[in-house]
Amino acid sequence: MVLQEKILLKDTVDDLKVKLVKVDAGQMLKARLAAMGLLPGVEFRVINNNHPGPLVIDLKGARIALGRGMAGKIFVKTSDHLKI
Amino acid sequence: MINGGKISVALAGNPNCGKTTIFNILTGLHQHVGNYPGVTVEKKQGVCKYKNYEMEITDLPGTYSLTAYSMEEVVTRNFIIEEKPDVVVDVIDASNLERNLYLAVQMMELNVPLVLAFNMSDIAKQRGLVFDLQKLSQLMNVKIVPTVGNKNEGITDLLETIIQTSNEPAKNLSSLIKYGSEIDSEIEKLQQKFSELRDNRWLVLKLLEQDSAVLKDIHNEEIIIAVLESVLRLKNIFGEEPEIIIADRRYGFISGACQESVENTIETRHSNSDMIDSVVINKFWGLPIFFALMYVVFDLTFRIGHWPMVGLEMFFGWLGSLVSGFWPAGTESVLKSLIVDGIISGVGGVVVFLPNILLLFAAIAILEDSGYMARAAFVTDRFMHKIGLHGKSFIPMLIGFGCSVPAIMACRILENRRNKITTILIMPLMSCGARLTIYALLIPAFFAEKWRGPVMWLIYFIGIALAVIAAKILRVTLLKGETIPYVMELPPYRMPTFKSIGLHMWERGWMYLQKAGTTILLISIILWGASNFPRMEKSNLENVSDTQIQSAALKHSVIGRVGTFIEPVIKPIGFDYKIATALIGALAAKEVFVAQMSIVYAVTEHEDVSVLQEKLRNDYTPLQGFCVMLFCLISAPCLATTIITRTETGAWKWAILQFAGLTVLAYIITLVVYQVGMLFM
Repeated sequence: MVLQEKILLKDTVDDLKVKLVKVDAGQMLKARLAAMGLLPGVEFRVINNNHPGPLVIDLKGARIALGRGMAGKIFVKTSDHLKI
Repeated sequence: MINGGKISVALAGNPNCGKTTIFNILTGLHQHVGNYPGVTVEKKQGVCKYKNYEMEITDLPGTYSLTAYSMEEVVTRNFIIEEKPDVVVDVIDASNLERNLYLAVQMMELNVPLVLAFNMSDIAKQRGLVFDLQKLSQLMNVKIVPTVGNKNEGITDLLETIIQTSNEPAKNLSSLIKYGSEIDSEIEKLQQKFSELRDNRWLVLKLLEQDSAVLKDIHNEEIIIAVLESVLRLKNIFGEEPEIIIADRRYGFISGACQESVENTIETRHSNSDMIDSVVINKFWGLPIFFALMYVVFDLTFRIGHWPMVGLEMFFGWLGSLVSGFWPAGTESVLKSLIVDGIISGVGGVVVFLPNILLLFAAIAILEDSGYMARAAFVTDRFMHKIGLHGKSFIPMLIGFGCSVPAIMACRILENRRNKITTILIMPLMSCGARLTIYALLIPAFFAEKWRGPVMWLIYFIGIALAVIAAKILRVTLLKGETIPYVMELPPYRMPTFKSIGLHMWERGWMYLQKAGTTILLISIILWGASNFPRMEKSNLENVSDTQIQSAALKHSVIGRVGTFIEPVIKPIGFDYKIATALIGALAAKEVFVAQMSIVYAVTEHEDVSVLQEKLRNDYTPLQGFCVMLFCLISAPCLATTIITRTETGAWKWAILQFAGLTVLAYIITLVVYQVGMLFM
């Protein structure tokens, strides 16, 4: 499995499978995301990132919408070989 | 085993897990809604009688976790710790298992007698998930009951399990999850050092998670320092906050348990919902669809609501004249006036909102239950975020153009407290339907045909612009706080059920009548008194027409006197005592302004509105007319709005702030407009 360079979640394209590397935000936001299962190491798929506003991801079968501002604080790595 | 008795049950679960449906099945109409003391989080309780048991059921707010980052989570946690319910039922959305179990795991660490209701297992099955519930139950050491809320399945099993659990001693599950040697050894160290932490592993975990609410209650400096040292050590080891590591370990435990007990037989999931979403939250279609749906909601609420409203108005008018008939024609009676003009029209004034409220909440129930509400927030998030509000705030604000009362009630759909209070406070700036009657009187009176449209547009626009500015200002001053991070689940689309819509309407309608209705009635009676007392001596009133008597009587009353008294204050904004008198009367309801102006100008009911407009044109300039509209738009909301603000925010201070703040703002803006306008006249 070859992981590419880390990029911001907001710069991903639809249908991309990614792995969360790091959340670069305050404690509160990090904890909130963690409670929803968005922790470093988790794998998910980008569903809709062609909207000027928030984007939608598929996290273990649930559809989660994330504000664009927040997506600019989440670093992910992409790979086609992730098994999601 | 004890037979019969009282059991207190708390229902917990993630948002959208179907918790409310289960609550409704269990309690039916035996439920009441209130607020948790001091916060604006809704508290729903109800009673369920089963066999010989009486279960007092509390529907806790939907949460993802038990941290201290939101009011809902703190409320849920405190309820469980302080009220110690006999049984906690955690409703799990089976189709979304891992994240839902995250809350369950935290409940277990709290050592509460827990039952998991495995809800929506039918949808999960459709999606190809096969569960080995026995295995999962063993792994997590907790009872699991499969339910399908909207089909009434599994409810008897759930009730039996609740009874069984309430009769068993609580299991100690606090060390269910192993957090790894580093964290576990820190927990042990702290527990050995401080006796008050010894039996409370949950508390120690919360301390390591740097939970602000728990830390606040620790007054022993040594503990705080020792905890900080532990946190720093863990941070050094992991390069990450301990709470993230703890969350990670919890998810690790859950995902391990799921791997052994859940099998996924089909790959594609959510396909129908995703298909609908590809249109509904599409970057081109999303907003047009949203606006179209909002138009439908608005139209349904006010156009269809118009007919029952007219019917109710006619009914109360008829009732008034029927009761008046008991007194001989031409006689004056204070009692008659009290009953007809005070009580009957007061009750009418309360009930008249009911059709709007019922229809609006039916529409909101459909939007929420179907799953669209989350999408509405999605498509409006970008714009609303800029003014510091949540996408969902858009819905009540739109309703505000019809009437502020149901609009403020609709703010219940907003979860974040600051966001909710901000939206409520700015609501009166959305020019409501009652104010339209004022514009309809004044605009044709002062403006030529071609200017009427633009003036009307300008008034509405000023309201919206002020609302946006006020929201922005409130969010950086009084209601300051981190902008609400937008993370939200988009639940799969579902067909709403009639039962749930009906219950929703019943609940809101009843709450309105009970909570706000009584106060609104009381205040309208007080205002009736103020505009009728003190009464004039009959002997002074010969050789004048009835309408002139009415006009003189109003000037003689408390309202008229106050109006005259404050004239010097309102002179700089271009108003006189007549306008002031009408404005004070309009506190009961904005449309009363027109009726009061007719009385002040002694225009009879039989005369056309153009007679009044003619008289107004003679007395005032268009600038004054515009200033009156401006003032009506911004100033003190009607009392029904003030009361509903009080009940929905849970505190008089917000209602008073709204009332006073808007009135001061109205005064300043009208003053500037009038004085600057005068320079050009």
